[in-house]
Amino acid sequence: MDILTILAESARTAVGPIAAIYALAAVGLNLHFGYTGLLNFGQVGFMLVGAYGVGISVAVFDLPVLVAFAVGLACAVVLALLLGIPTLRLRADYLAISTIATAEVLRLVYRAGFAEPLTNGVYGLQNLSSGFRSVNPFEAAGRYGFGVFNFSGNHLWVMVVTWGLVGLFALLTWMLMHSPWGRVIKGIREDEDAVRSLGKNVFAYKMQVLVLGGMIGALAGAMMAVHQAAINPDQFKPQVTFFLWAILLLGGAGRVLGPVIGSVVFWFLMSFTEGFLDELDGEGYLPFLSGPDFGAIQLAFVGLLLVVLIVFRPQGLIGDRKEMLINVK
Amino acid sequence: MRTRLVTVLLALITAFVVVPGPAATADEQGGESLTGQIGQPDDRSQGVEGIRITVSDGDDEVGADETDPDGNWEVEVPGPGTYHLEVDQASVPGEYELRETPLVTEGTVEVESGDNQTLIIALIEAGEDQQEDSSPSPEEDTSEEEDAAADGEGIEVEGVSGGFGDRLAQIAAAGVLFGLVIAVSAIGLSLIFGTTKLINFAHGDMVTFGAMMALLFSTGAAGLGNSLLAIFAGLGGAILLGALLEGKVRAVPLIVVQWTAVFGGIALATAMGVAGDSIEWQVPLWASAGIAVAMGAVLGGTMERYLWRPLRRRNVALIQMFIVSIGLALVLRHVILVLFSANRTRYSGYQVQEMVHFGPVSLPPRDLVIMGVAVLVLVLVACLLQFTRVGKAMRAVSDNRDLAESSGIDVDRVTLYVWFLGGGLASLGGVLFGLNQVVDYEMGFRLLLMMFAAVILGGLGTAYGAMVGGLAVGLVSMLSTLWFPAQLMEAWALALMILMLLVRPQGLLGRRERVG
Repeated sequence: MDILTILAESARTAVGPIAAIYALAAVGLNLHFGYTGLLNFGQVGFMLVGAYGVGISVAVFDLPVLVAFAVGLACAVVLALLLGIPTLRLRADYLAISTIATAEVLRLVYRAGFAEPLTNGVYGLQNLSSGFRSVNPFEAAGRYGFGVFNFSGNHLWVMVVTWGLVGLFALLTWMLMHSPWGRVIKGIREDEDAVRSLGKNVFAYKMQVLVLGGMIGALAGAMMAVHQAAINPDQFKPQVTFFLWAILLLGGAGRVLGPVIGSVVFWFLMSFTEGFLDELDGEGYLPFLSGPDFGAIQLAFVGLLLVVLIVFRPQGLIGDRKEMLINVK
Repeated sequence: MRTRLVTVLLALITAFVVVPGPAATADEQGGESLTGQIGQPDDRSQGVEGIRITVSDGDDEVGADETDPDGNWEVEVPGPGTYHLEVDQASVPGEYELRETPLVTEGTVEVESGDNQTLIIALIEAGEDQQEDSSPSPEEDTSEEEDAAADGEGIEVEGVSGGFGDRLAQIAAAGVLFGLVIAVSAIGLSLIFGTTKLINFAHGDMVTFGAMMALLFSTGAAGLGNSLLAIFAGLGGAILLGALLEGKVRAVPLIVVQWTAVFGGIALATAMGVAGDSIEWQVPLWASAGIAVAMGAVLGGTMERYLWRPLRRRNVALIQMFIVSIGLALVLRHVILVLFSANRTRYSGYQVQEMVHFGPVSLPPRDLVIMGVAVLVLVLVACLLQFTRVGKAMRAVSDNRDLAESSGIDVDRVTLYVWFLGGGLASLGGVLFGLNQVVDYEMGFRLLLMMFAAVILGGLGTAYGAMVGGLAVGLVSMLSTLWFPAQLMEAWALALMILMLLVRPQGLLGRRERVG
């Protein structure tokens, strides 16, 4: 068994494009949950409208890629407003239920037969990344990097842009949270009534956060579309949201770098378990399991990770325990 | 602590930079290829063998492949560029036709460098209409519904045909049935929320659990079934002993006896697992449904006793509890997936039945039985809540936990009973849902969204609200298929829920209180 190869491959995944995309979406979720205490269990819905905003603009209407990104962001704003208006005035648990249900219904609508002229139903959209790759400064087929961190030009370009966006939005989060606006936001998380008694319009603040975090999620979805060049609705199952929650809680909610560290560690663990199980299987140690079971075992592992983290270390790797003991208001 | 972490991370990173890169992975080998998998229209995991696919560049053929028994094919292409792909119509088995996507009719594929592109070529049943016309003729609608059911994301309605009035009656009956199933499953969700303020995201997977257990014991349980039964018997014994004897006997012997029961169950399970297929048995569906309900109750009780109660004692906040329940749902769903595989199965022996006619409505006898059982159970639960001591205590705790506790109700014990009841009803709901539709590992999650809509509609925390809400959600979602595509039925249930949140957030039967 070559444990070193598995570790090296895991390390490569941990900084790769997928980890970057999830980190970006988790930065948005961090704004929702980490700083404002909004229980958004439908972040994947924002990713879906972002990805399909790009996909439909590029594949069906042949728009340039920048316009496509703008369309994706606009869709996210609309979704956030539609979600927020009925639920943000209510207790946090209502938002949780509405978001998870909305995200799932969106997936069903995008894969439904009547939407096929735009979304191509369950078959999804293809050939989405030529516009994005045409501005690629790297040699598409060339290999870049050193040691185990070795990527093709296309992947490197996605990584540069996505990690750049992650950095940008992490910086934005940091700046926002050190502004008067951010203090109100954190106040809402700690005690909504106190903020309200100071004359702040809590609903408007929550809505602004929902829109902003949702747009970051949509941007992550858009990057997913141009990275994979093909999307289909079933990539946006609720478990993506659960991955994002695991990432956020692993890194530490309410910390600027929490989602970034969380994503790197999370994808390292995911890739490692996958490689390790494959290796065990190859050596014949797992006679009663077959290939497709490994994905299920990984997901069960994510679930277990969530439970164990919350029970034993709710603040994650770099969080502050006191901040994470907030309750539903 | 922080510095130690950083040091370790830095050390790791240096190690990886120094380690020479492994051979490039398959998806980045540099070579370009086209791959895909062709499956049967009703079940894409079943491959279709022998379909010939040719890829050409202008007039030169660059490669060809035939699908293997799993339906996989792969053609390597020399480099980036635009290629023409052709699927040999003659090699497609007679019972299928190619679905006319742009890929099949035009066949143009763009390959970028380093790309390992997966193409989707789909088959349909021969003779099926290629056009998905939205004209509302009844035959079209039924075929669309079959499509949706084959997709695994829709709800199936049998024997819908005839004029508008007939279809209305027919679909309304299906809606009542669906609503009753939702109501049975959702009571537990609502009562659990009422007593502990926890939204149990794992409730859907408790539904799946029930359906799977009934399937297991009705199709013949050997090693796995016996082991599960032994574990659950041990756990159930331990929890029941705790609930009945706590405070009556001294703590130490009780704990010893409880853990003996748990470990005895595990030991017995191991023995059963080793014995394997030598102890094989099978019971009819109604009996295995009974076993499933009992096991579901034990599952609920176990979660409460060994997870939620300790968490409450540690003062874990409610947001955190939600996340734990999501984690639990993931674990439960995927353990079920590993144990029972992802196949979509039906309970055998109840599928093809002579329809019973009531005027315009005709239902198979199994649907009548489902309705009868659901109504009976709902009435029994209502009687339990209304007239018995423990039921009144449940409603009291659900109303106001602190007040109930201060008036002498043993809140922890009542909560445990609520979980027993909720788990058992969820299992029963799963069996009924599986009997009406199909059993697969995601069925519970699909039902969970409807259950959420139902409990919010009826009022979170009220048992009767869940019944009313369940019926309303079932009816609305089914009736929407009269005018709108079947894939959208869940969206209508959700729309109803959002409307309710806007005008009356406490729900139909909920008490007016501050919810915002």
